[in-house]
Amino acid sequence: MVGRPDDLPGWLYGPAAIGAVFVVLPLVGIAAKVDWPHFWSLISSPSATAALQLSVRTAAASTVLCVVLGVPMALVLARSEARVVRLLRPLVLLPLVLPPVVGGIALLYAFGRLGLLGRYLEAAGIHIAFTTTAVVLAQTFVSLPFLVIALEGAARTAGADYERVAATLGARPSAVWWRVTLPLLTPGLVSGAVLAFARSLGEFGATLTFAGSLEGVTRTLPLAIYLQRVSDADAAAAMSLLLVAVAAVVVLVLGARRLGSIG
Amino acid sequence: MSTEARGLTLQAVVAERGLDVRVNVAPGEVLAVLGPNGAGKSTLLHVIAGLLRPDEGLVCAGDRVLTDTRAGVQVATCDRRVGLLLQDPLLFPHLSVAANVAFGSQRRRRFDLRRVHARALAAPWLRAVDAEGLAERRPRRLSGGQAQRVAIARALAAEPEVLLLDEPLAGLDVGASSVVRAVLRDVLSAAGRTSVLVTHDLLDVFALADRVMVLESGRIAEIGRTADVLAAPRSRFGAQIAGVNLVAGVFHSTGVLRTGWGDQWHGTNDDDVRAGGSAVAVSTPAAVAVYREPPRHISPRNLLEVIVAELVVRGSTVQVRGVDQPDGAPGLAADITADAAAELRLAPGETVWFGVKAQEVMLRATHPGTA
Repeated sequence: MVGRPDDLPGWLYGPAAIGAVFVVLPLVGIAAKVDWPHFWSLISSPSATAALQLSVRTAAASTVLCVVLGVPMALVLARSEARVVRLLRPLVLLPLVLPPVVGGIALLYAFGRLGLLGRYLEAAGIHIAFTTTAVVLAQTFVSLPFLVIALEGAARTAGADYERVAATLGARPSAVWWRVTLPLLTPGLVSGAVLAFARSLGEFGATLTFAGSLEGVTRTLPLAIYLQRVSDADAAAAMSLLLVAVAAVVVLVLGARRLGSIG
Repeated sequence: MSTEARGLTLQAVVAERGLDVRVNVAPGEVLAVLGPNGAGKSTLLHVIAGLLRPDEGLVCAGDRVLTDTRAGVQVATCDRRVGLLLQDPLLFPHLSVAANVAFGSQRRRRFDLRRVHARALAAPWLRAVDAEGLAERRPRRLSGGQAQRVAIARALAAEPEVLLLDEPLAGLDVGASSVVRAVLRDVLSAAGRTSVLVTHDLLDVFALADRVMVLESGRIAEIGRTADVLAAPRSRFGAQIAGVNLVAGVFHSTGVLRTGWGDQWHGTNDDDVRAGGSAVAVSTPAAVAVYREPPRHISPRNLLEVIVAELVVRGSTVQVRGVDQPDGAPGLAADITADAAAELRLAPGETVWFGVKAQEVMLRATHPGTA
């Protein structure tokens, strides 16, 4: 056997294969555990349907929120040379490395009944903690940095040359934003949104802490699975597989190509 | 279709980049800016385009003030009517060629026409650059030369009063660049467009420019009609691109220049040379003879010892280039025949003698500190 210069060393394939098996095996484990004859009835039970619907609805809402807030954030982080922005950057991206449970507690102290902002909202008659809104906020809190970081990278790579040329062509800053900056960032935006949606869909810790687990209101699919695991393992496995399927569809249909082309 | 040409007034000091330039461009004139990398050429364009605010400066298009640091005026780039064409065409990849050209169209903004009119708006400008057939294409399906032609059409469609060109042909291969250069010549001369062209290619200068400005370390080293500067450059960079030898020094007495390291050059005076003033001695490589030993029978007035840095073969001639001069200027060059080079058995690192007759050397005054 003659190795070409660009061939990887053979021993590298060992750990790579073990890694792949490590990722795939648990998924196979779920599929093997699922009680296939009763699969449909298990996932179409009222509690499972409610959880799935809530999950998809809240994940979609938090993705929209991530886009609305995250796109401007990413661009400001990528383009602004102000010192304040540079100092804030690590802080803004902190939820990326923060344990979600800690994130949930932090949200509680900000938006909860006695929280920094929450006490004023409470006085105004607005309750956030332990509502569906809290689910969306918890998901947004943990997902936002994913979108911001994906988009910021894309914006940095793209540079601002197109914007400069657009300005010399007479386009005002807002026109440049809608007609040049945003269209050029669409690929980065799609991959960022897919990441954010996937992260929101799987959110558990922050949701449980900040929103609780009330069926139909705050009990998303991951929470439902965790609870069912004790009482009805078959239902938990079926719902887990459902979650895997939903996430896989999102990533494959919307994002695989985009994700592959990041960076 | 065309805009009345306006002249350009530019005074700019950008301390951070060491730029300090004052220049006026007449209406319809094309000013070429030459200079080594980092001389401040692009910075200059950025100041004119309003992408960079100078520490001190005044930029006017005709009587319209675009930047006036004293009065605190800094018109936004989008309101300047200053077009910018870069080496990278930067066509918006999500728009068709026609939509790209219509993007900046003045008419579009004035009457807020709908998108369906992009094609009609773009047509005359695309025709001007001979690219009508490309209207429906996406930018990524264009060759480099086609993309740059479309970029020219797009810049023109915004009807700028001043057009800035930053090495617009640098990224193209020889064939494409000659086509685009011809297009540029047509559009720049036809409408009498006031333009500033940054380039490093003499062909661009010959084809497009009325005047040449050589920028060195942020200052104007020389400026003048293209033919004058290239025939008799006074700056290091001007000499380099014109392919002539340049020795900087101080004018000593009639027909004599003395360098900072004690060499004397004999030559023919320019009228404006005065004793003690900065001056340069200019000679062509073809006028330089090369000897192994100091010649005994004939004696050129200027004879100096040179260490050979490199030999460059150009057809039947060989250019012998000496090591850099003591002040860091490029080494002197001598063009000799291939036969003579073979006979002399030259190799880099060897010491030879360069001889130049006094009547082959021209002494010219320079501004202090520019050469």
